[in-house]
Amino acid sequence: MSDVTVQGGQEVVGVARIEGPILIVEGAANVSYDEVVEIQDSRGQLRRGRVLEVGEGVAVVQVFAGSTGLSIDGTRVRFLSNTLHIPVAEEMLGRIFDGLGNPIDGGPEPLSDRYADVNGQPINPTARIYPRDYIQTGISTIDGVNTLLRGQKLPLFSGAGMPHDQLAAQIVRQATLGKVAGAPATEGEEFAIVFAAMGVKNDVADYFRRSFTESGALTRVAMFLNLADDPPVERIVTPRAALTLAEYLAYERDMHVLVVLTDMTNYGEALRQISNVRGEVPSRKGYPGYLYSDLASLYERTGRIRTSKGSITQIPILTMPNDDITHPMPDLTGYITEGQIVLGRELNFAGIYPPVAVLPSLSRLMKDGIGKNRTRDDHPRWGAQLYAAYAKTQDVRALASVIGEEELSEVDQKYLKFGRAFEREFVNQSFTENRSIERTLEIGWKLLSMLPKKELTRVNLDEIAKYYKGEDAAN
Amino acid sequence: MSDQVGTITWISGPVVRARGSRNVGMLELVEVGSEHLVGEVIGLKGDQMTIQVYEETSGMQTGSPVYGTGLPLSVELAPGLIQSIYDGVQRPLPLIEQAMGSFISRGARFDPINREKKWKYTPKVKVGDEVQGGAILGVAMETDTFEHRVMLNPDDSGTITWVAPAGDYTVVDPIVKLKTSKGEKTVEMLQRWPVRRARPFVDRRGANIPLITGQRILDTFFPVAKGGAAGIPGPFGSGKTVTQHSIAKWADAEVIVYIGCGERGNEMTEVLQEFPHLIDPRSGRPLMERTVLIANTSNMPVAAREASIYTGITIAEYYRDMGYHVALMADSTSRWAEALREVSGRLEEMPAEEGYPAYLAGRLAEFYERAGYVNNLNGSQGSVSIVGAVSPPGGDFSEPVTQHTKRFIRCFWALDKSLASARHFPAINWLDSYSEYVTDVADWWREKVGKDWLDMRNRAMELLSEESRLSQIVKLVGPDALPYTERMVLETTRLIREGILQQNATEDVDAYSSVEKQIRLLELVLYFHDRGMAIVRKGAPINLIHDLPVVDTIIRAKSTVTNEEMHKFDDIQKQIDQQMGQLDAEYRS
Repeated sequence: MSDVTVQGGQEVVGVARIEGPILIVEGAANVSYDEVVEIQDSRGQLRRGRVLEVGEGVAVVQVFAGSTGLSIDGTRVRFLSNTLHIPVAEEMLGRIFDGLGNPIDGGPEPLSDRYADVNGQPINPTARIYPRDYIQTGISTIDGVNTLLRGQKLPLFSGAGMPHDQLAAQIVRQATLGKVAGAPATEGEEFAIVFAAMGVKNDVADYFRRSFTESGALTRVAMFLNLADDPPVERIVTPRAALTLAEYLAYERDMHVLVVLTDMTNYGEALRQISNVRGEVPSRKGYPGYLYSDLASLYERTGRIRTSKGSITQIPILTMPNDDITHPMPDLTGYITEGQIVLGRELNFAGIYPPVAVLPSLSRLMKDGIGKNRTRDDHPRWGAQLYAAYAKTQDVRALASVIGEEELSEVDQKYLKFGRAFEREFVNQSFTENRSIERTLEIGWKLLSMLPKKELTRVNLDEIAKYYKGEDAAN
Repeated sequence: MSDQVGTITWISGPVVRARGSRNVGMLELVEVGSEHLVGEVIGLKGDQMTIQVYEETSGMQTGSPVYGTGLPLSVELAPGLIQSIYDGVQRPLPLIEQAMGSFISRGARFDPINREKKWKYTPKVKVGDEVQGGAILGVAMETDTFEHRVMLNPDDSGTITWVAPAGDYTVVDPIVKLKTSKGEKTVEMLQRWPVRRARPFVDRRGANIPLITGQRILDTFFPVAKGGAAGIPGPFGSGKTVTQHSIAKWADAEVIVYIGCGERGNEMTEVLQEFPHLIDPRSGRPLMERTVLIANTSNMPVAAREASIYTGITIAEYYRDMGYHVALMADSTSRWAEALREVSGRLEEMPAEEGYPAYLAGRLAEFYERAGYVNNLNGSQGSVSIVGAVSPPGGDFSEPVTQHTKRFIRCFWALDKSLASARHFPAINWLDSYSEYVTDVADWWREKVGKDWLDMRNRAMELLSEESRLSQIVKLVGPDALPYTERMVLETTRLIREGILQQNATEDVDAYSSVEKQIRLLELVLYFHDRGMAIVRKGAPINLIHDLPVVDTIIRAKSTVTNEEMHKFDDIQKQIDQQMGQLDAEYRS
């Protein structure tokens, strides 16, 4: 990251071609790849863009605000000889910006002499600290079986009409540094929230703003809003601007930053649109072949580094088109992020909140943040046992739907009861309920105690002796 | 050394075109722009050259110079590779961190191999010896226990005229002087080798020794041979990386090359922080002391990702040439294929399937064919085994990378999402996976453990496929409709699944199973099956067998019996005898 000031550069009057949000500009010499341009239409209004490709005397420019109203002869393009930079400062917390990082809350431009490249730079793997501190979200399906750690990227895979916004807001409101079960609460450390909205409705942005206000966190939140009626191309920059601020706060101001990105599906569509206009060879469903690398350039801007006490934790939200988890957006996201929390339509219909579909959900880093001296010794095996039992419940349900519940064996009937209780008591909790890790573990053991001891092969015998309260506990 | 050979005319991401000299070679290494970014010439047409650049090109201008080096993209090979961590074009990441801080910025240029460090070197040749390419000139101690055999470059040969005495030398100090057909030549420990050219050997040996990984489902059920190639395809979250890490930790290879190709930064950090603390069960030394890491994470430049695979395999071949067994993990080859696709797309090449270039299959074949158990030029024998992870979009195995990979590997470990969801790990589906090495390595097992592994393994596989058939019926009519003999099969396969196939990589006792433990577990389960079957045939109800306390004991044996406590298995066998014996007596009449 280097400091720069934006200065005037060469200017070209008139463009050769306009295709969607893309301008083809001829007659510019020595244009840099990825340089920022300023575009003036015939009425003198300014908008910004970025160079996507350069040839001899030709530049392909993407206009963030779209090309509506631009004309072939009346457009002036000024090349600013630098890549896109935004100012970064601690004062940006509590403020609201547009998708390119300009303030839209009526306040002044943030005062800063630090400008940072929105593209960031890759973190050197040797400079990272492996995440180990768990975040207690107070939500059993996360803390118990899909634990979130500081420095992790854990997306919410959802679908239209499901309460992903509520869940994200609840996580943001309740997140505290986790502690060993039974230990007293510790003082909070400096935290910040960076919220980036891409193509979501105004209601959604408003919902989050209200939620931040209610929890008293608003002064610690920076919001970058590109709403549904804002130019789609701007969406390419929005998460980058947000993450650039997050990196500054985490790595130079030692804060623990939680980044919420919503909705990544809209981001992917903006990327696809640009790619199609440029006539690139598509891979799956029309998305460009570099979708994976592009998404990685966002998601990988998460983590902890050795030179700073701060951290960046990402919670991207994705609505899966048609609830299809194999769609390129959730698919490629899942390959990059460290797990996923999947919301299930059926649970949602059944009135369960949060409707976390436990089986397809996963936290890859969980194993390193739980267990002895972190949560509780039995936690890892307890989690595996709950998973295994609930997976078995699904098989039993399938069987019951064919042969009827009465025909099931005694053990299988117990599994059915366990499954129902698991959804009602473990998964289900209220929007305001903040469960401690002890409570979550306790509920889990209570549910496991509904099953015969012999079925519990994932937990060890000592743990059964200590926590198992079922009928055959004595023998 | 580097002259300007061209001027940039076009830039699109990692692909740059330049006009200039007609004397630039295909695949020549060039330096691009005023910042001298590293690139490689991948196309030539008249005075136009197409270059893929291994660093971020943001801010690069048309009209900037391109400098030639006259050399192909090469790696440096010498003592000091082990314990290193490099990016895709062999730049040492720790030095980049020292110089540039936590983030990787452009234009970093460091020697991959430390030039100052001195190694304890002992010559193994004397003046007057005739040496051929690949000959071992001497040995240097690369770690306290690892002997680095310094070899003559495979392209050189001649008569030795001078030998450095035993002592401490840097990698660029002369160690031998040679009279060759082209005159006198001074040889150093350091040599360079172009990454896209396989290092030569005499011939291939049969691959009939298994690569033991300590993972029961791999060693017992789907073994890969030393010098073989295996693929691990699986959707996200199915445990590709955990499996790769387990193999990197426990495989009985002398050198591990781990390529993190387009994957997560935190995963590489995990390896970096964990391996120095884990002890190799064979050598008693930290695992890091046999490991070379190549980390080109998903957010690092995409062209260097393409190169990372070649950098890794060339280093692996170099250690093979010394006579070592090397295992190479590539996680993930799909990201490498995507890098090919991205560069191909920018070149506007005609795409074949799903936008991948038509040469995808050819490139995959070239890579996997560099695996092998070979007779080296210097008479020693060594192997490179490749384990490549594949990340099929949507978990769909019919996509091009998985399909082409299947053509060039002989061992296929298919990961399964539904097993992963049930937290059955490793989530390798035993019905979709296969290994063509099974019969090749049977002799080794017979000699090593003295038992008929092949027969037991095949019996277990038969039971598992029988289970699959029976569970179809169970799904329709429930388990009560099956006769006891068939339900006995289900009892046994549950023991196989939970007691053998499932393995917990994070639990100390279970993470690594010796071959003796593996075969003993299998033997016990089959013994249980035979005894149980005899009893149900006499009419004993199946639930009596299901309720035997020994069932639980067998399932837990994997994590209660350590590799050193083999005698405990005899106790378990006695328990089977005793408990089954009782039942047997009751139903004798």
